[in-house]
Amino acid sequence: MAALEVEGLARHYGEREALSDVSLSLEAARTLVVFGPNGAGKTTLLRVLATLLRPHAGAVRVLGSSLPDDAWAVRGRIGLLAHEPLLYRELTARENLRFHARLHDVAEERVEEVLEAVAISARASEPLRNLSRGMVQRVAVARAVLHDPELLLLDEPYANLDPAAIELVEPLIGAASGRTRVVCSHDPGGGLAEADLVLGLRAGRTVLLRDAAAVQPGEIAELYR
Amino acid sequence: MRRTVGALLRKELLVELRTLESVPGMSLFAVTTFVVFHFALNRNSVDGDLASGILWVTLLFAAILGINRLFVADAEEGGFDGFLLAPVDRSAMLVAKVLTLLAYLVVLEIVAVPAFALLLLGPSLAGAMPGLLVTLALGDLGVAVIGTLVAALAVQTRARDLLGPLLALPLLVPIVIGGARATSPLLALSHPTGAPARWLLTLGLYDLVFGLIAYALFDFLLED
Repeated sequence: MAALEVEGLARHYGEREALSDVSLSLEAARTLVVFGPNGAGKTTLLRVLATLLRPHAGAVRVLGSSLPDDAWAVRGRIGLLAHEPLLYRELTARENLRFHARLHDVAEERVEEVLEAVAISARASEPLRNLSRGMVQRVAVARAVLHDPELLLLDEPYANLDPAAIELVEPLIGAASGRTRVVCSHDPGGGLAEADLVLGLRAGRTVLLRDAAAVQPGEIAELYR
Repeated sequence: MRRTVGALLRKELLVELRTLESVPGMSLFAVTTFVVFHFALNRNSVDGDLASGILWVTLLFAAILGINRLFVADAEEGGFDGFLLAPVDRSAMLVAKVLTLLAYLVVLEIVAVPAFALLLLGPSLAGAMPGLLVTLALGDLGVAVIGTLVAALAVQTRARDLLGPLLALPLLVPIVIGGARATSPLLALSHPTGAPARWLLTLGLYDLVFGLIAYALFDFLLED
């Protein structure tokens, strides 16, 4: 069964159409990479799949549950890494993760495990406002995978991360994690390398939807012209 | 639900302890207002209706400061989304925010009521305390419930600093009326009596009605 099934999805903000007639299907444990210029609708698509925005038209099924009616059934099975870290600046990394662990009914030992995995344990007792953006992004990665989600929704996940940090988080959110992933990217080379399926959006409409093997980097670059 | 409320409440109090953005401001505002009344009225002491009115209006405006800040950290730092992604009963956030605002109001009153007694009040508070505590508790509960509801609505708009007070004040007027009427006999200079039961009952009923409305509406306010 497909992990994601989207048929004729539309979403608007007031008069402005953010997504229009978007359809796709993604098998479990595969990676969909979404390309498109700013304002193309990538983040809106992620937020609809994350159950944070209601679709205004079309059918959306995530991990077998229909949105928005059965959204409650998938919430704990999704990990979202958004532009905002979804963390509190005044709390420490450990306090933030413990807070999310309680919300997701996850054992406290898992908090230490993910802190260790993103190599932030030594600074886990400092408020986030003292940490660099790259470090906060690592904590956000830890938060996104804390509850071991089946589906990862990643909005430019490597933003603010140096090469060493990317290597650190790769086993958690990369293809090797074995999770179904939807990744928004602006990096044609890197994005194509990790994609099984490519979706190109422009002004909320699908302009490219194909297996990654059949996509040329030039076609991705064309989306941004 | 209890675990979720506990986690949210702990987070709220930790953030407030670290930032001190709400409670100190509310308390300072109340004390300053009493000083302003002291000089503006050109009286050394007040009692009865006037004392009761000054106390409740000051507490109301101080509470508005806390209400305006209630969801700011969640909205600005993405905490709302973090919570909405969790497989938990969303009413937990309503309960946690009401308890948070209640805690703020209790601390505010621990500072403001003695300051009021010191700066403005003629009669002694000693005999009035039991009745005053009951009245304040009923008033606080209503302010906390309505304040949470209004703050959740206002924070999703651009004009939240304006919309919060504009929505909250009309809804909180009955609490001020009930609270002031119930407190007035307690602060009378001659023959102070207990708080009138009908005003306490009115406050209790208002709390109950808005408690039910908040419970019914809160999920929709969090929805997109």
